[in-house]
Order: sequence, then structure tokens, then C-alpha cells
Amino acid sequence: MSGPILSVANLSVSYGRVEAVRNVSLEIAEGSIVTVIGANGAGKTTLMNAIMGVLPSTGDITLDGKLLGRSLVEERVNTGLCLVPEKRELFSTMSVEDNLRLGAYRFGSGAVADGFRDVFARFPRLEERRRQEAGTLSGGERQMLAMGRALMSKPRLLMLDEPSLGLAPLIVKEIFHIVTDLSKAGVSILVVEQNARAALQVADHAYVMELGAFTMNGPAAALAADKGVIESYLGLGGGKHN
Amino acid sequence: MNGTIALFLAQDGIINGAIYALVGVTLVLVFAVTRVIFVPQGEFIAWAALTVAALEAGTVPGTAWLLLVLGIATAALEVVREGRRLTIRRVATMLGFDLALPAGLLLAVIWLAPLKLGLAFNAAMTLALLIPMGPLLYRLAFQPLADASVLVLLIASIGVHFALVGLGLVFFGAEGVRTTPLLSGTFPAGPLVVKWQSIGVLVVTVLVLIGLYAFFERTMMGKALRATAVNRLGARLVGIPVASTGRIAFALAAAIGAVSGILIGSLTTIYYDSGFLIGLKGFVAAIIAGLHSYPLTALAALLVGLLESYSAFFASAFKEVIVFSIILPVLIWRSLASGPHHDEDEEA
Repeated sequence: MSGPILSVANLSVSYGRVEAVRNVSLEIAEGSIVTVIGANGAGKTTLMNAIMGVLPSTGDITLDGKLLGRSLVEERVNTGLCLVPEKRELFSTMSVEDNLRLGAYRFGSGAVADGFRDVFARFPRLEERRRQEAGTLSGGERQMLAMGRALMSKPRLLMLDEPSLGLAPLIVKEIFHIVTDLSKAGVSILVVEQNARAALQVADHAYVMELGAFTMNGPAAALAADKGVIESYLGLGGGKHN
Repeated sequence: MNGTIALFLAQDGIINGAIYALVGVTLVLVFAVTRVIFVPQGEFIAWAALTVAALEAGTVPGTAWLLLVLGIATAALEVVREGRRLTIRRVATMLGFDLALPAGLLLAVIWLAPLKLGLAFNAAMTLALLIPMGPLLYRLAFQPLADASVLVLLIASIGVHFALVGLGLVFFGAEGVRTTPLLSGTFPAGPLVVKWQSIGVLVVTVLVLIGLYAFFERTMMGKALRATAVNRLGARLVGIPVASTGRIAFALAAAIGAVSGILIGSLTTIYYDSGFLIGLKGFVAAIIAGLHSYPLTALAALLVGLLESYSAFFASAFKEVIVFSIILPVLIWRSLASGPHHDEDEEA
């Protein structure tokens, strides 16, 4: 395997005087699935938004050997970075098809037909609903549309923020199945999850985040067997039912 | 009233309605993309007519100076606001777009205006002077408030309107103007005498409407503009440069305003503050259509135009009152139909 597609060094993000993410460093090997697990409010979403450029941060973010510096969100999209946010952020009054079409904004309309073929093959449900308004979709379909829209930009690194949030267990399974498929197709993936069990099952490498900093990291399988992780994130709580 | 008078009034109403339609669809467009209710849209119309008039007289129009002032103000404010966050590319764009372009246009107009180069030049120069004003105004007044509520944006918009009317008085003076029609001559149609210019107004209006429809429904850029209005963060995440969508919307607004002004200048006398009433009537049409649909806005504008011309005949003292009061039943009906949910509009 070649060098890391993304490396983050000493990243910090503050909201005013509160430091939400402190000195975080992370690496994602090309083609791998990396997960960041942690409790609600640990700073996982903030970390993702900082990598995407939605939030200002200090520290170095390197994509494919190139320092991102203070580049804008749209410039990061153009280098192959893509975020599927926790709230999906769809264009609710526009059709499913138009949502997808705009995902290919960086290539222009020439790339749309090709992208449709790929996305509809992965998410047949979206093809059935292509004329429907995005706002009328169910929770699972909205997540699929958000992922489909992201895929239209042909990302090299896809970041998923809580993809399982609010979805029925069967749909969660389906979503993670697709995540594995994408990784096999060569897309590197960073996935942030409260549903640690599901995330550790598909990931190659995992980081544990607590109060804005990483407390542990290692191969996902090793973390899944770690006593501390089992107690805090996989243990007797609600997670067991998943 | 006999049939001939009725026809005359209808002709008048349709022509005015077409101009209101241009204003109305522009308001819908600007609102859809930026959530700004753009009260000063009428100013573009008045200024365009005044610019054409000045060029016809062989003098340098106030708009040329005004554009330079706007450019300097915008650049200065952005330097203060952004400070060290400015990149070299941004500074270069600012130097080119905010300073060099207005200065170049001003020099060109000082050199060319006394030559009286004719209708086509006047129209082209008017467009060139007015279109950059749209994005400049957006950056000056609205871009820093991009995430504010509709109400805050409306207040800013009213502020901009008053500022522009004041500037209009300074730069153009209080005198009214009438311009030479682009299309001269008339033709008889039954008992009526129709001006070719009137036909021109209708044709241009229809072309603008078709153009807007094609732009928003068929092109990636048009859809990107709509998407930015629906979900700003979502638009950023797919790589749409959202700051530029507002500028594009305002450039379109200025362009349509300038076209309307060039058309209307020969049909009625225009003063520095004539834009407001024209804008307000376009606004009535846009409101009747719920600030949402382009074709409905155009139809409503036609209705406003006809209502205005017939009420001018039957009760000329009350003509504005009648036009503006048709907004009341519409508002009542809309608030009854939408029920108690309308707080959510703020977020949309």
C-alpha cells in the first residue's frame, strides 16, 4: 500500500475560548476504512468539519501529500475530499435527481450520466425515487441520497458523520455493507460513529476520542477486543442490542 | 368608457405589466438565491433610463461615477473586514473588478460620450455600467449578513434603498428624463395605434422569462443557485462556491433592471426616485405569486398593470391605493391557507 491519503497533525479547533478538539493527529492509509468512535460531544463532528474546511482550525492537514492550509471547502471538494454530514444537508425542495446532479458540480454536467449509472447501481432505491423531492424521503433513503450525492463527486476520501444515526438496524447494516463495497472500489473512508460496534466491524483502523483528544488507537479488531473499549463503548449499554 | 378606450387602457396596462413582470421575476430570483427581498431593484431601472438619457445628451452619466464610488467603498470595506485573511488572488480580483473596471469604464465614457455614438452604444454602455453594480451592492451590504434572517436582510435592503435614492439625487439631479425609443414608429391595429417600442417591451419580457426558466431548470449553474438557497451548507459541501452565487444573482438582477430601464425610458418620464414605485408594483406581483413562481409572478404583474391602467381611468386619484390594496386579500388568503406554520419560513 502507498503512503497515507490523509494525514492530520496536531489539529486543534476552538469555539471561542473552548477547545473542542485538542492536538489531534491521525492518518488514513489509501483505500482503508478508518473510524473514530467516541461518546456524544467528544468532538468527532468538529474534527470532520475542520478537515473539510467548514470550521477553521490550527495544525496541518495533508491530503495526498499536499498541505490544505486555509483552502476553501470548494477547493477541498475539488481535490477529492467529500463529507456526508450528520444532518445530511440535502436540497429538500429539489428532486432526488437534481440532488445527485449537483453532487457532480465540480465536473460539470458532462459527468452526470456516468455518475447516475454508478450511484443507481449501488442505491437502486434512489432510481425508483429519482423524480421525488428529497424532503419526502425516509430517513434511510435520505442517508442513501446523501451518500449518493457525495459519490457523484468521485471522492478519493469519503468522510461519513454518524451514517447510522436514527436508522433502523437493517438499514444500518445495508449502509455499512455499501461502505465496505466502496472501500473495495478504492475509495478511502473516514467514518465517525457512536455505534461503535458497527463501525469497528467494517474498519481497518480505529481511534477513540474523548473530550476532544484521542485516547487510544490501533487496528479495529484489536480495539474491538480491548477491555476498556468494550466497557465504555461496546459494553452492557444500549450498544449491545445492535 | 367605450371599446376603443378600453382597448387603449388594456394596451397601456399590458406594457406596464410587462415591466412589472421583469421586476417581479427579478425579486423572486434574488429572494430564491439570497433570501433578500431586494427593495432597491427599481433603482436599477431608473438609473438605467437616466444613464441612457445622459448618453443621448452627450454627457457623462452619474452612474459612471457612482460605479467607481461603489467599487472603492466595497474594496475598502472588504480590506477592513477581511484584513489578514485576504489572499493575493482575492486582492488581484478586487483591484481588477472593483477599481480597474469602474475606472476604465469611466474613462471610456468620458472619451466616448461626447461622440454620441447612437442607440446601440448607449444601451451597451448602460448595461456595462449597471451590471457590475449588482455584485458590488451584494458584497457591500448583503454578503456579510448571508446567514441572517429574512427580516434582517429586509431591513438591510430598505437601508440600501434609501442610500441609493439619496445617491441618485446627488449623481443625477432632480430632473426627469425621457429617452428616444430603441424602436421608433407605430403601426395601426384596428382602432389602436401601437408603438413598436411597446412590442419590443413585450418581446424582451417574454425572452427574459424563457431565459430564466431555461437557466434555472436546465443548467448546472442555475440549479446550483437554487441549491444554495435551499441549503447553504449542503451547497458548500458539493463544492458550489456559495459566495459567488449571491453575486451572480445580483448581477442578473442588475442586468434585468438595466434592460427594463432601457425599455421604459421612452415610454414614461423617469426621475431619480421613480424606481421605487415601479419596484413596489413588481413586488406586489411577486407577493401575489408567493415569492416563488416565475410564471405566476408574470401573470400577477400583468394583472397589476391592467388594474393600474383601468383604475387610472375610473378613479385616477386612487390608482396606487387600488393597486397596493389588492395585496391585502392575497396576504389574508395566504396566511389562512398556510395556517400557523409560517414561522418555519425563516429557516427555509
